[in-house]
Amino acid sequence: MFSYYLRLAWISILRHWGLSLLMVCAIGLGIGTAMTTVTVNYLMSANPIPEKSQQLYYVQLDSWDVNDPFDDGLNPPDQLTYTDSSNLMRAKQAFRQNVQAQAFGVIEPADPEMLPLIVNGRANTADFFSMFNVPFIYGSGWSSQSDESKEFVVVLSKATNDKLFGGKDSVGESIKLEGNMFRIVGVIDTWQPKPRFYDITTGAFNDSEDIFVPFHLIADEKISRSGNTNCWKPTGDGFKAFLASECIWTQFWVELKTQQDKEDYLQFLNAYVEEQKQFGRFQRPMDNRLSNVMQWLETQEVVADDAQMMMAMSFMFLIVCLLNTVGLLLAKFLGKAPEIGLRQALGASKSTLFSQYIIESACIGLLGGILGLILAYLGLKGVEGLYGDYMKGLASLDTNMAILAVVLALISTILAGLYPTWRACNIQPAQQLKSQ
Amino acid sequence: MLETGLILRALARNKIGALLIALQIALTMTIMVNAIFMIQDRQQQMQRESGLDEANTFYLTNTIFGQNYNIQAHLQTDLHMIRNTPGVVDAIQINAVPLSGSGWSMALQHESGEDKDAVGSAIYMVDDHAINSMGLELIAGANFKQADIELRKDGQSTWPAKTIITKAFAENLYPGDWQSAIGKTVYISQTQPMQIIGVVKALQAPWNGWNGVERSMLVPFQREAKGSYYFIRTEAGRRDELMPIIEKALAQSDKERIIRRVTTVEETRERSYLQQNATNKILTTVVITLTLITGFGIVGLAIFGINSRTKQIGTRRALGATKGQIMRYFMMENFIISTFGIVIGCVGAVALNMWLVNNFNLSPISVELVAFGVVTLFIVGQLAVLYPARKASMIAPAIATRTV
Repeated sequence: MFSYYLRLAWISILRHWGLSLLMVCAIGLGIGTAMTTVTVNYLMSANPIPEKSQQLYYVQLDSWDVNDPFDDGLNPPDQLTYTDSSNLMRAKQAFRQNVQAQAFGVIEPADPEMLPLIVNGRANTADFFSMFNVPFIYGSGWSSQSDESKEFVVVLSKATNDKLFGGKDSVGESIKLEGNMFRIVGVIDTWQPKPRFYDITTGAFNDSEDIFVPFHLIADEKISRSGNTNCWKPTGDGFKAFLASECIWTQFWVELKTQQDKEDYLQFLNAYVEEQKQFGRFQRPMDNRLSNVMQWLETQEVVADDAQMMMAMSFMFLIVCLLNTVGLLLAKFLGKAPEIGLRQALGASKSTLFSQYIIESACIGLLGGILGLILAYLGLKGVEGLYGDYMKGLASLDTNMAILAVVLALISTILAGLYPTWRACNIQPAQQLKSQ
Repeated sequence: MLETGLILRALARNKIGALLIALQIALTMTIMVNAIFMIQDRQQQMQRESGLDEANTFYLTNTIFGQNYNIQAHLQTDLHMIRNTPGVVDAIQINAVPLSGSGWSMALQHESGEDKDAVGSAIYMVDDHAINSMGLELIAGANFKQADIELRKDGQSTWPAKTIITKAFAENLYPGDWQSAIGKTVYISQTQPMQIIGVVKALQAPWNGWNGVERSMLVPFQREAKGSYYFIRTEAGRRDELMPIIEKALAQSDKERIIRRVTTVEETRERSYLQQNATNKILTTVVITLTLITGFGIVGLAIFGINSRTKQIGTRRALGATKGQIMRYFMMENFIISTFGIVIGCVGAVALNMWLVNNFNLSPISVELVAFGVVTLFIVGQLAVLYPARKASMIAPAIATRTV
């Protein structure tokens, strides 16, 4: 019977092609718009490291001005002072810990023919690579010993290695960076977490860095730091004074394996702040926080307001399209009243009619869904074109989304078809036959 | 209208069809009004004046990597060379570029001391050529003199004795009487005094999303830093021709630095508002498509309504109704349905706006905008029903005599 109903549906769709086309277009546009915004939101709020996002914690301490609290007192500062992150680093109370900041430098290639190269860098400590599951093609990250003995080591991104060494295994070679020779210990495979969760202070959707160097180089002024710096107290003259100041510019992550570890670490932080209070620092009420990856992305509002507003609007748009479809289906099915009456008189049961018209609605929904998928694809291309770098890699339709689009189209059209179908099934045959 | 009662009774018999159209109109109204509001909000942001002579200015980054590089000497040579290039009006070294997204900010306070209220401002470290190079308009006080310019070492924490601020900043510091700012002493870094010697009409901060974007100050510093910008203004219309010339001249003058990112201020503005622009384009498309869908929905349902009432229409025509009366009937019917939808739509628009205000920090919509939505949707409704109504009026009276 199913194929028979399908054929009937097809005939009916073709007969009223104008009305059907209108419905398919309406559903297609609704689904296309909704899926475009859903995809953007879904990718913006994706978990960038699902395998261990529960074990990685971002540390916040409230070191700010007692008269003028950071973020109006709603949240503690989003970064730590150099003093605090160095102290936490030395205490080694977590399973793994990493202090980091953004840096930059100029590489002078050995080949005099090549032009010097400005690179974006990350200054971090040894655990960075294992904490964030950074994939390597050659070599590996440096060891904690390298941090302690202040070695000049560097990890290159794949792109930088391609540029400088034509993609070959460069581990063991040296590069001249900011006038000093650095030994290459590893080359990272293509790695671009979206969002770039490990540092969202300079843009959650920025590219990952060209090089990675030990954090101690910043303190020794062997590499220049960049990124955001916030100060509430005057600093003294010179870099040493800056390091000792209350300026925040470092980020601190810890890896903790269990809930118990987390509680212990929080206790450790509280004790640390208590101790610092005795030196006259941390005059605000105690507000230390440990946020796991998703909590951190949430508090930092990584998903743009625009994207959320557009998603809300696109769903309202979808509802308009569905209301439209309900109206048009109603018009279509009621227009067939004489036919329905006749079929009922000839013995068609209500359930037969019901399945037939639901199948017809589903067919329209399916066509609408396919159109919607095409429109969503074009929509995402458009979004990518309009927003440029900001949306790069955020606007792509994966299989999950494609399936969701078609399913959403089917279900919503069937729902939209329920009332018209119900009305069609309740047509009085006698009434219709009388007027024949 | 005689027909109103008739139409209302007819509508009451076919509630669902009318209700569906009314709901569509209501939702369209809700979305349309709020989307247009969001578009206007962004447009206003984008239209704020940067204060710069945008059409004739560009900048580039100068990154020094040489080990024993005489930054101070090279800076003077560079500036001398650029300023003397034919077609160049003036040039400066600067630490940040308006609207570029990255810069330096400090807070100023009226009194010296630790726990005093302070107002944040963007800092531009420049010399006495800044007003001319950026195309700023000095509306009160005086420019820096050459003797005011100090050399700033990396990591230096003291500030010079003079500053020029924007009018918006002056208004913020001295509400109601910005002109009184001239000659006043303010404190930077909590305790260091600075005298306000001039006020410029406008100069935006590097961050367009910051609520203090109109607050900026010029500080007479030349920086001895390894990375800085040169900001250059050319004679009208000569910018594009001079950009490569200056880039080349600087790049070739010595090999211990990298000249990069030669960028026009216009490009910077465009990049700065890329997101706003993109969102506006998308919202515009949504509003237009939505209106079209609703319009076509009305057409479809009206045609259906007319088809199922062919006989009635024929009968009315046979009984003497004119074509105009038939048309008027359907237009009136649509008007009643639209009114119903629009009333709900007004409520919806305000409700959605309240939600947006609460969740996304937007301001409330204006009455004019709601009125605009009302008028637009009445027009769309009437236009959409025009074709079906005309079709209805063409129905021949003879139809009444036929059975089906």
